[in-house]
Amino acid sequence: MSIIADHLSYIYGAGTTFEVKALDDVSFKIDDGEYVGLMGHTGSGKSTLVQHLNGLLKPSSGTVYVDGEDICERDYDIKKLRGGVGLVFQYPEYQLFEEDVFSDVCFGPKNLGLPRSEVELRAYEALKQVGISDDCFYQSPFELSGGEKRRVAIAGVLAMKPKVLILDEPTAGLDPKGRMWMFDLIGKLRSEQGMTILLISHSMDDLAENAGRLLVMDAGRIVMDGSTKEVFSYCGELMDMGLDIPDVTRVMYMLRERGVNVGTDAVTLDEAVGDILKLYSGK
Amino acid sequence: MSLIEANRVSYEYIRRDKDGAVEGFNRAVDEVDLKIVQGEFVAIIGANGSGKSTLARHFNALLYPAEGTLYVDGYDTADDEHLWDIRKTAGMVFQNPDNQIIGTVVEEDVAFGPENIGVKSREIWERVANSLKSVGMYEFRKHSPARLSGGQKQRIAIAGVLAMHPKCIILDEATAMLDPKGRREVMESVHALNKEENITVILITHYMDEVVGADRVYVMDKGRVVMQGTPDKVFARADELKGFGLTVPGVTLLADELRKRGVNLPAGIVTAEGLVDEICRSLRII
Repeated sequence: MSIIADHLSYIYGAGTTFEVKALDDVSFKIDDGEYVGLMGHTGSGKSTLVQHLNGLLKPSSGTVYVDGEDICERDYDIKKLRGGVGLVFQYPEYQLFEEDVFSDVCFGPKNLGLPRSEVELRAYEALKQVGISDDCFYQSPFELSGGEKRRVAIAGVLAMKPKVLILDEPTAGLDPKGRMWMFDLIGKLRSEQGMTILLISHSMDDLAENAGRLLVMDAGRIVMDGSTKEVFSYCGELMDMGLDIPDVTRVMYMLRERGVNVGTDAVTLDEAVGDILKLYSGK
Repeated sequence: MSLIEANRVSYEYIRRDKDGAVEGFNRAVDEVDLKIVQGEFVAIIGANGSGKSTLARHFNALLYPAEGTLYVDGYDTADDEHLWDIRKTAGMVFQNPDNQIIGTVVEEDVAFGPENIGVKSREIWERVANSLKSVGMYEFRKHSPARLSGGQKQRIAIAGVLAMHPKCIILDEATAMLDPKGRREVMESVHALNKEENITVILITHYMDEVVGADRVYVMDKGRVVMQGTPDKVFARADELKGFGLTVPGVTLLADELRKRGVNLPAGIVTAEGLVDEICRSLRII
């Protein structure tokens, strides 16, 4: 499932003195099966942008095409879109509300109008996918630990069987093990089910290790769009925007400053290890 | 004398069934001993649910130990009489900037604490001005907090704590919701307060790279303190940390990986500068 943003603009409080242009002529295309990272400082427009991609916000001008169809058209079936593009909000566990875990996960697919057997099958599969064991199914979601709650909330989105999964800082507040688990899950959803992934993150390391391509937002505009390597080569520009480069890339820059003859384009741990080892094998 | 001293502190949450009957107890903090002296920068790390935040809530008497004793600046926290002395000694900054700002103007928000403890109005304004200067937010004193960035809001929250003239600031995942710049700003402010004003800092975090600048680290697992030491000593034990659901900073990870592939590097490298130095050194030797 591909997504095209075509000259999207969005203005909050249009016509008032508090008018803010949250999105300013944003255009890009995400192809089926891509793993794209979206970064930008707080308030740069990331969350506003992703809410346009599953029809939660309507653009002030411009439009979004999902699988070639204009989702801003009046007769577009928005239900189809909600099933196709899944959005995991920041701290999604705050949105749990049902009496038990299983009903909470059923809520989404039930609203798609699916038969009950299908709804329950999907909920079961989604909960298994995120590693929630059967004995938790009929507990109140509020009795679970923070990490478990987040898994249940994500299961609620997975039960919609989206083709595109958008995650807004899915690892905020998680411990290192929880972060690793999350990236494992996202990687599997992509490799095993062919999901297209759009990941919002403030962690340069996580973006570097996981995304193949990066979109960078600043003041409501897309200011960079390129391969992860290419984007992280703009160290100075990223810092000026309040962003950063991966830890390993910084080490490469520092080595270079010290006169070591090494490239500075490594962004992942494996690349950095490879490049540094070459220094030794050359001797 | 220690500023904070915990002797075998335990805390239990009551677990209830659907009808409200007590089912049992969860031990969130389990016989913790620790000593933190004035001016120290101490980090506490541990997986979600390891008891870090529960422990930290004892440091300003938001919770009391079920067993054991906890002294803050010489006061026993179980002694209600000194509750406000303790709260003034140790101030807390939480994760979500939007949940801890109440004023409609920055300086009003910072004044809220000292106002509540009956500080005279002229002194309040002095404290507010100084606190805002300490975190580099003085020029924003007339702004509305709603229009500040996350990092700026957290620095306002820190200023609010500073206006109480605390000896100690506790940051409970205060950078979790911030972007890279916001995190840098908050960490720089906190380190400056520690160095320049000798304020004790207790930093609870899931970001291992923030721990690197601390004097000491406590590692918690299942309510217990399972490791403690300087960051380089603690991060030299990567496998044990992994067992506790933790990891090491990115730079340490890179150093460890290089060492596994035969590069001669010492254990416990925690900063980029340190790693670069060691690589340069080893390159000349080989």
